Amino acid sequence: MPPASHGPKPVPSRQGPAGRAARQLRRLGAGGISDVGAVVVPVAVFLAAVHLYSNELLLLNMLVYAVLAQGINVIYGFTGYLPFGYVAFFGAGAYGASLSIIYLHVPALLAVVLGGLAGALLGALLTPLLRLSGAYFAIASLAAAEAVYEVVSNPSLASVTRGPYGINLVTAYNQSLSYDAAVALLGLSMLGVVILRRSRFGLALRATADDATSAEMAGVWVVRERSLAWLISAALAGLAGGVFAWAISVFYPTDVFDLTISVFAIVFALFGGVGTTWGPLVGAVVLYGIYSLVGLSDPQYFQLTYGLLIAALVLFLPGGLGSLTRGLRGHFKGAPGGAR
Amino acid sequence: MSAPEGLRPAGTPATAPAAGGLVIEGLVRRFKGFTALDGVDLELPAGAIVGLVGPNGSGKTTLINVVSGVYAPSGGSVRLDGQEVGGLAPHRLVRLGLNRTFQVPKPFASLTVRENLAVAVGHSGRGAPLRPDILGEVGLEGLGGRLAGTLNASQQKRLDLARALATNPSVLLVDELGAGLATDELGELAHYLRTLADGGITLLVVEHLLGFLEQLTDTVVVLSAGRRIFAGSLRAAIADPEVVLVFLGG
Repeated sequence: MPPASHGPKPVPSRQGPAGRAARQLRRLGAGGISDVGAVVVPVAVFLAAVHLYSNELLLLNMLVYAVLAQGINVIYGFTGYLPFGYVAFFGAGAYGASLSIIYLHVPALLAVVLGGLAGALLGALLTPLLRLSGAYFAIASLAAAEAVYEVVSNPSLASVTRGPYGINLVTAYNQSLSYDAAVALLGLSMLGVVILRRSRFGLALRATADDATSAEMAGVWVVRERSLAWLISAALAGLAGGVFAWAISVFYPTDVFDLTISVFAIVFALFGGVGTTWGPLVGAVVLYGIYSLVGLSDPQYFQLTYGLLIAALVLFLPGGLGSLTRGLRGHFKGAPGGAR
Repeated sequence: MSAPEGLRPAGTPATAPAAGGLVIEGLVRRFKGFTALDGVDLELPAGAIVGLVGPNGSGKTTLINVVSGVYAPSGGSVRLDGQEVGGLAPHRLVRLGLNRTFQVPKPFASLTVRENLAVAVGHSGRGAPLRPDILGEVGLEGLGGRLAGTLNASQQKRLDLARALATNPSVLLVDELGAGLATDELGELAHYLRTLADGGITLLVVEHLLGFLEQLTDTVVVLSAGRRIFAGSLRAAIADPEVVLVFLGG
């Protein structure tokens, strides 16, 4: 009989998977949990909502606007560039995805990715606009969007883009899968903003928005970082356009290059608070919700309601709803400004 | 929250920055029809402190802006450690070891003091800060969590200096850091800048306050209307008729 070992014995773990998860959550800290929640909660809510609420188109539009508002958040909230022509990337994505399906016969999911690529390519083409600033940039981006619309809807290009006659994707139509793709895209955009806010890249962008010359003297390659944010923002809009095209399957150039889309996305982002993770999503849900409740049935009241809301926002909460929570958090922590 | 302390002498860093000699030859900068710098020569041996003085509009800040890459030179050369760096973008100069402060401080107002430094540390490409206690050294201890935009003017100047130091520069261009500071603060600042030079950082100090400059160095260059009119000791500059003329008027 061999002698009993006197060496150290392995201690059986008293913590199961739940304990390990709790340990990991503690390690993540409150900020980490909030970040995970910012991705998981909206995805779960929208996945559940489609089973509880019958108007799937409304939910889809809300999702698309939430993604667009996050795209505005990336470029405006982190760099200070306000692109009034943001819809150009959305339209480019819608057409990029649709033409990929029509001519390349790619699966719709891949077509959505190609839509994102189309948005990014248009973004790359318009990168020189970043040499402008303030109102000049806003107006130039608006003009660029109009130019893209004119090209796409030109009857002489009907053999390629179908011109003003629109796109028909009924063969690729898949209501539930396109909705799930839109939810996944929202999760991706939330994750992107979470990473941006936590990353060195995001910090550099915020520094650049505050003072580009100082950022350069801190070693930030301002042109590169700003261009990257611009491309990410354009790709997000392109992806949103791709999902939208797939989900509605029949549309005209006026539907996806409508400047109202830019205005809504900007207003939603500003209402919720740019530079924050939740703000643009909250803005899209609240304001698109109001639009759906009031705007479709009684447009005159909708405009009045929107006007009052925006006036109240500018007067009392110029930083959006997000600044309200920051202020409260700062108040309870006793630290001026608090964390975003 | 503890009150900000005054500047305190910097300890010699663990590893001194690489020697930073700066040679400027025939530097020209034109703004359309106006020549702001007209063939300026200036030499900063590694580890030296040189004062740059001159009346308003003489081109001091323009020179700092051109050397730090904010403006491209219209002519002439700028060599850092023998390497031509004239016309390089500011972020590339930072990576080569050149940095500056601003006459009007430009903090990242929406970021905290600590985040201001984190941007510099993360992007300078010059490794971890050789001065781990920069905030304490410049008198911003305990203010790391404050938003930079909420700091007062003096604190923002200190942050500007701290952010430049966080990139581990070998050459630092200091643009009127003393303006607006109280007498005792000026003394602390002069002492602190001298310890930076002792630690191996080459300093070009633009300053109107000659009393402050006197505490720092005896070597000055005087500019007038974009041209160098004097280079030598501060005492000699004060006695030079041309220097007296441009400061006091004809």
